[in-house]
Amino acid sequence: MGMTMTQKILAKHAGLDHVVPGQLIQAKLDIVMGNDITTAVALKEFAKTGAAEVFDKEKVVIVLDHFTPNKDIKAAEQYKSCRTFAYDMNIKNFFDVGKAGIEHALLPEQGIVVPGQVIIGADSHTCTYGALGAFSTGIGSTDMAIGMATGECWFKVPSAIKFNIIGKKPPYVSGKDVILHIIGKIGVDGALYRSMEFTGEGIQELTMDDRFTIANMAIEAGAKNGIFPIDEACIAYAKEHSQKPFDIYEADVDAEYDEEIIIDLSSLQPTVSFPHLPDNTRTIDHVGDVKIDQVVIGSCTNGRMDDMAIAADILRGKKVAEHVRTIIIPATQEIYLECIRRGYVSDFIEAGAIFSMPTCGPCLGGHMGILASGERCVSTTNRNFVGRMGHVESEVYLASPAVAAASAIAGKIADPRKIGGHE
Amino acid sequence: MNAKGHVLKYGDNVDTDVIIPARYLNVSNGEELAKYCMIDIDPDFTQKAKSGDIIVATKNFGCGSSREHAPLAIKCAGISCVIASTFARIFYRNAINIGLPILECDKAAKDIDNGDEVSIDFDSGIITNHTKNRTYQAQPFPPFIKEIMAIGGLVEQTKEKIKG
Repeated sequence: MGMTMTQKILAKHAGLDHVVPGQLIQAKLDIVMGNDITTAVALKEFAKTGAAEVFDKEKVVIVLDHFTPNKDIKAAEQYKSCRTFAYDMNIKNFFDVGKAGIEHALLPEQGIVVPGQVIIGADSHTCTYGALGAFSTGIGSTDMAIGMATGECWFKVPSAIKFNIIGKKPPYVSGKDVILHIIGKIGVDGALYRSMEFTGEGIQELTMDDRFTIANMAIEAGAKNGIFPIDEACIAYAKEHSQKPFDIYEADVDAEYDEEIIIDLSSLQPTVSFPHLPDNTRTIDHVGDVKIDQVVIGSCTNGRMDDMAIAADILRGKKVAEHVRTIIIPATQEIYLECIRRGYVSDFIEAGAIFSMPTCGPCLGGHMGILASGERCVSTTNRNFVGRMGHVESEVYLASPAVAAASAIAGKIADPRKIGGHE
Repeated sequence: MNAKGHVLKYGDNVDTDVIIPARYLNVSNGEELAKYCMIDIDPDFTQKAKSGDIIVATKNFGCGSSREHAPLAIKCAGISCVIASTFARIFYRNAINIGLPILECDKAAKDIDNGDEVSIDFDSGIITNHTKNRTYQAQPFPPFIKEIMAIGGLVEQTKEKIKG
């Protein structure tokens, strides 16, 4: 029996010729990552192991991004403990205010993650790097601590669902619509414990930013990881951003999959997840009249250059509705600078939006845009659970940057094809 | 290893944001986190939960964030075990790693009601519902996980390895 792409990467890193689903393995790690919230716990566990130093100063990455800049005294104390640890351990890839961005946009941009690697991160959206053809998965603080101490992690080898992507992507349909459609179809536990392997000719239609968005939300279907083929676009991205050598893996032709699902891009529409689960999806023509109080465009899911560009195109020369607080957050300092260079920041501010420094802030109800009871937000983030962005009686509607920008102008959930003047 | 207590019952997709909302993640102390355990799904949880009590839920328990604060809050609230039809995978790992016993058993998860008195034999995986006078067979932990649990978690196991 052949192996899936994920199984081949795991076998190689476990020093095995072959692995099968369900097998427990110990794999060598290329990158171990944590953020401010999870590293604060991990460093205490690390100390308990008795390890004097981290296994590799180049391969441990700490990014302060969730409550950044320090949102209150308790968070400031946690940050201080992360800083002290990073400096004591001489961590080469430590990203604090000024260098930091949202981890899952930052690591690919900085060339820290490349194809074929095994990456663990103490953040559930670590699955993002599967867009680069790496095995990448979220773990908790104790796994991070052990990973930092030993350079290894235990895994149960996953089986996989194959997503065969076909067709051409229509205008105003993005990676976000693809993944919301998939989650709506298979459910929030539709890929539980398994890999989501994306393949097919339609992959060529997806930009790298689309792929990052799709892989990012694999966890919202319960998946262990999402993974894309290492094609020309992927190799070009990796070479542009990194000097690191990398291995190219592909699934065996006789690899076994639990099931195969065909996704025809040409049939997709802008899609919105209604409260309070990401699988509660509706296409834009079925959303009805949903008035909103806030729009957030940003996060590890949709704070990249493609996302800023479509938002700027829609908002340029228009005004956001009087009662809609519109918060736009570039995911990294580099994306921030590029938004300045391209004039997007003026477009956003003239439209009545605010443009913030990189932070995870509002996505997890941390700070920078918390919702009051009864308030509704259209957000390009990844979760719309009860109380996710604030009060337990607030509501989050997940959507693409195009839908979010169009909704900001309309004051209610709106079709970007209409606001954008293409229909 | 055994557990016995009364059941606090929940439904599908209990996510980490309702187990411990992010607004409380500016601390990492388990006792402090336990004060807010389950606050956004069951505001009276901390009053109701007695030491040794058992959480039972249906599918995809612990979905969402990787925050280890979630199993830690549950453990420090005195919960002796979580039984569910299925668990989200990061929550599953985290619970094992910090030594919070969890069992997957769809039959038990569906049949047990709020307030039932339940005991668990972890070696055999047998769950006994004393209120309904029924038993359910869960998959016992595989040996690899039993080893981690027996030594007191992944950190203790690694400590032994590092000491050589």
